[in-house]
Amino acid sequence: MSAAGLAEQARAARRARTGWLLSAPALLVLLVGAAGPLLIVFAYSVLTRGEYGGVQLPLSGEGWFRVLFQRDIFDDTISLNTAHLAILWRSVWLSLATTAITFVLGLPTAWFIATRPERTRALWLFLITIPFWTNLLIRTFAVMEVIRNEGILNSLLLRLGLIERPIQILFTDWATLIGMAYVYLPLMVLPLYAAIDRFDMRLLEAGYDLYASRWRVLRRVVLPLIRPGIVAGCILVFIPSLGAYVTPRVLGGGTNMMIGNFIELQFGQGRNWPLGAALAVTLLVVVMGALLLYLRVTQPARARDE
Amino acid sequence: MSEAALSRPAMAAAARPGRRVRPFSATGLPGFTAVAVAVFLLLYLPIAALIVYSFNASNSIVNWGGFSLRWYEAAWNNRAVQDAAVRSLVIATVAALASTALATLAAIGTTRQGRFRGRMAIWGTINLPLMVPEIVTGVALLIVFGQVRAWTGYQGLGYLMLAHTAFCIPFAYLPIRARLETMDRTLETAAADLYASPWQAFRRVTLPLLAPGIAAGMMLAFVISLDDVIITEFVKSAGQDTLPTWMLGQFRRTLTPEVNAISTAILALTLVPLTAFFLVTRRRPPTHR
Repeated sequence: MSAAGLAEQARAARRARTGWLLSAPALLVLLVGAAGPLLIVFAYSVLTRGEYGGVQLPLSGEGWFRVLFQRDIFDDTISLNTAHLAILWRSVWLSLATTAITFVLGLPTAWFIATRPERTRALWLFLITIPFWTNLLIRTFAVMEVIRNEGILNSLLLRLGLIERPIQILFTDWATLIGMAYVYLPLMVLPLYAAIDRFDMRLLEAGYDLYASRWRVLRRVVLPLIRPGIVAGCILVFIPSLGAYVTPRVLGGGTNMMIGNFIELQFGQGRNWPLGAALAVTLLVVVMGALLLYLRVTQPARARDE
Repeated sequence: MSEAALSRPAMAAAARPGRRVRPFSATGLPGFTAVAVAVFLLLYLPIAALIVYSFNASNSIVNWGGFSLRWYEAAWNNRAVQDAAVRSLVIATVAALASTALATLAAIGTTRQGRFRGRMAIWGTINLPLMVPEIVTGVALLIVFGQVRAWTGYQGLGYLMLAHTAFCIPFAYLPIRARLETMDRTLETAAADLYASPWQAFRRVTLPLLAPGIAAGMMLAFVISLDDVIITEFVKSAGQDTLPTWMLGQFRRTLTPEVNAISTAILALTLVPLTAFFLVTRRRPPTHR
């Protein structure tokens, strides 16, 4: 190898060392305070449940087994655990419904923002991001005040004579759904806006020139071209919905648990840490899968590049 | 004569005030504006109601009993709230400072050294807290810190500070890295040409240019730490409530407008820096992608 080649190699090695050294402190903190403990969760999921919480040896598949199944105490027959299935199913359908609602509401909103004059666009965008940066708990609390039996919504409907007695929304799945749609809406609007912002509005005129109706233009021109934004928004809403903890706890009440609350229950009163750990790993794997999909959709060029 | 010139008087006529016919808008889609306006109203209505009722004179969070500041006074004098507020601010300050310092180093390490082996791994690890559901990190830290507590006997706020610093790192890192990537590198090269040592070039050229990114990162980290509920709920030991976890505990009881007052105060605390940031960044000419 030539001297120049060797020198180049040495320089590359030095740069790599500097890069790692500068990143090391941050990586160390992340390893202790975020990434490392995740590995322990894997380990806990395959251990035996301790009597008063915690875990003990030997290794056991019981935690994973109990995610979906149960064993009869008397005759050891194995059956699907319907209570667990109900919670998992609720998590999935509520997350999908949240995604659908935020899309239906978010698309017009993103379109509206993107078609404002340059001067006011930043302001509209800012108005969408404010709720995003305000405390999740406070926003959930705000929704709670609106939908509770004596809340604004019920008082309004009563006064209008549309209902005779307050509708019980709080502490039902519907409350969780409304709350999640409210809380995660900005996560849908922002990527949709980014996609619409790149959309060439002249294509609309071309569509109309070719005698397309507004709906046809929307379906055949706009939606296909902003597809990456749609997929990104849907995944960005679906992921936190699936792992939601605060919203179902506050709005859904104690019984309408989602997987996040179910995990907490295992580490608290349930005292079944292996089951809780197995559920946590399940949630993590699903979320990571969705994220990989997100990365593939949003930055295909970059993924190939690096 | 070009077509554009011909059609201009026609366009002017269409835009003349007083004419009732609305020009065809190519960018309008059916019902979109109505939905968007409704969305903005629905987004702000609950928050507005929450703020209004924080000034309620009566005990109820739903019946209006006149204007009063009594709940702010009650919250201000509530010992548990005071302690939680101080704890929140201390943790958020430590987490914001520490995570920004670490993120700045890491951002320089991952953008100024070209491509090197493992750069994507570093990037992935830094962004991990953005990807892992908080509930999973929460139980993971519950397990590990519980064990460390048992071994060392240390019970202090250090665990919360460490956890908050860790999940704030990506929030501080992203704006700093974005700033580094868009920064004009010729200035650093010019400094080197003028015999500045790498440290001098960094101190006198890079750092001042990087300052807005660092400020944005620190502000984000502060707000994110202040808002955290789930991880704090799992990591804290008894008597270590922050404002959000204290509020979460209150939801099990009968609520008074005191919670509204505290919420409004937290809202103000996060919105003031955000709005200031928005106004400051707006003054710069828009950068075009």
